Amino acid sequence: MKTITTDQIRDAVAELSQRANFSLGADMRAALGTAAAAETTDLARNTLARIIRNADLAAERSLPMCQDTGLVVVFADVGQDVRITGGTLREAVNEGVRRGWKAGYLRASVTGDPILRKNTGDNTPAVVHTELVPGETLRLRLLAKGGGCENMSAFRMLTPADGRDGVVAFVVETAKRAGPNACPPIVVGVGVGGSFEYSAVLAKKSLLRRVGERSPLPHVAELEEEILRQINASGIGPQGYGGKTTSLAVQVETAACHVASLPVSVNIECHAHRHQEVEL
Amino acid sequence: MTPRELSLPLDPATAAGLRAGDEVELTGTVLTGRDQACARLFRMIGAGEPLPVELAGQLIYFVGPSPAKPGAVVGSAGPTTSGRMNPFMPTLLAQGLRGFIGKGYLNPEVKEALVRNQGVYFGAIGGTGALLALCIEEARVVAFPELLSEAIHVMRFRRFPAVVLNDSVGGDLYNNALRGHVPTS
Repeated sequence: MKTITTDQIRDAVAELSQRANFSLGADMRAALGTAAAAETTDLARNTLARIIRNADLAAERSLPMCQDTGLVVVFADVGQDVRITGGTLREAVNEGVRRGWKAGYLRASVTGDPILRKNTGDNTPAVVHTELVPGETLRLRLLAKGGGCENMSAFRMLTPADGRDGVVAFVVETAKRAGPNACPPIVVGVGVGGSFEYSAVLAKKSLLRRVGERSPLPHVAELEEEILRQINASGIGPQGYGGKTTSLAVQVETAACHVASLPVSVNIECHAHRHQEVEL
Repeated sequence: MTPRELSLPLDPATAAGLRAGDEVELTGTVLTGRDQACARLFRMIGAGEPLPVELAGQLIYFVGPSPAKPGAVVGSAGPTTSGRMNPFMPTLLAQGLRGFIGKGYLNPEVKEALVRNQGVYFGAIGGTGALLALCIEEARVVAFPELLSEAIHVMRFRRFPAVVLNDSVGGDLYNNALRGHVPTS
């Protein structure tokens, strides 16, 4: 049995919140660099060059790369042999967000009630997905999710007859509809199967993957590549100004589902793809 | 192509001469506003109330900056999605607003209002708020301070990079991209 204090969790979340907002990951930098080399017009190349320069500047000066510093979504994999002391996991995460936001001069972007719409002022509460796993570590994976791209996400309950082709068509349609609103080049997270709500969790979870890493399942990796090809054939391009790179990656997670169902969720992520993780 | 340098406020002839796909650098002052500020202006115009800012000839930049660090003019300050302001823009353009700066699709009503009022829609690169903040030399709140980052600010730009998305003759860069029209530059 390992003991982890809520102070450790709080401090880790505060640090991850800032690091995610200041430092674009190596995976995204590599993908943007490859995309810039492939574009053929000045406008598309300049747009990607500015996106890369923005990431450099944000990291150098500890500035948020985007003014929308996001809603925090944390996936906490809690080892069954871990004991958390000092309070609840959820309170510790929220206190970490509160401190990280204040220390990092990040923008409070959360409304406490979706109908009344009053800003909570400290970007809390975070969305926390907790899963019990074997072992004695606590793994925290954090996304700071922008609103513009989140708004372009979609769910559809397909039928088994719609099949693979139906999945491809729905994901491509969603990415095209997102267009410039989602700040392309985008990363497309897809959850196929499970149940109504679980497909959406899978779509979000797929965004935690290192960009460029294919699914280990060959038929799913092939699906990812086909969807990516079709989205990039749209011509939308960086920022929708036209070009070859509308999406940097399509990341599909799958799960078993009912014989009568084919749920599909598409979670759109912008080029300011902020994901960081730590193990305690 | 070298971007064209434009002074703000834009004179009507310059605005009318811009074409979708033109790369520009903006120098001078703009107003800021997004969801709540634009909704308030829209309601005040409908109610016949005096506005807290003069819209005629101005551009509105759809932005809600992150907090400024000590000593900085402004925090990160990139564009937000323009389409959320669709319901308000035909009315604001009819008040003489010259145009706006944002990102993302507009609805047909707003594009028609741009043509009708000889207005222009500029795109700034979404998600580059740190870089764009370097082009903002001054930012001060001039109306609705209670809206915090969403308050109306006057911002002074110096060579703020943008591209013309929709022009006053119906040109539309996003549509051109979807139809496979590659910019000539």
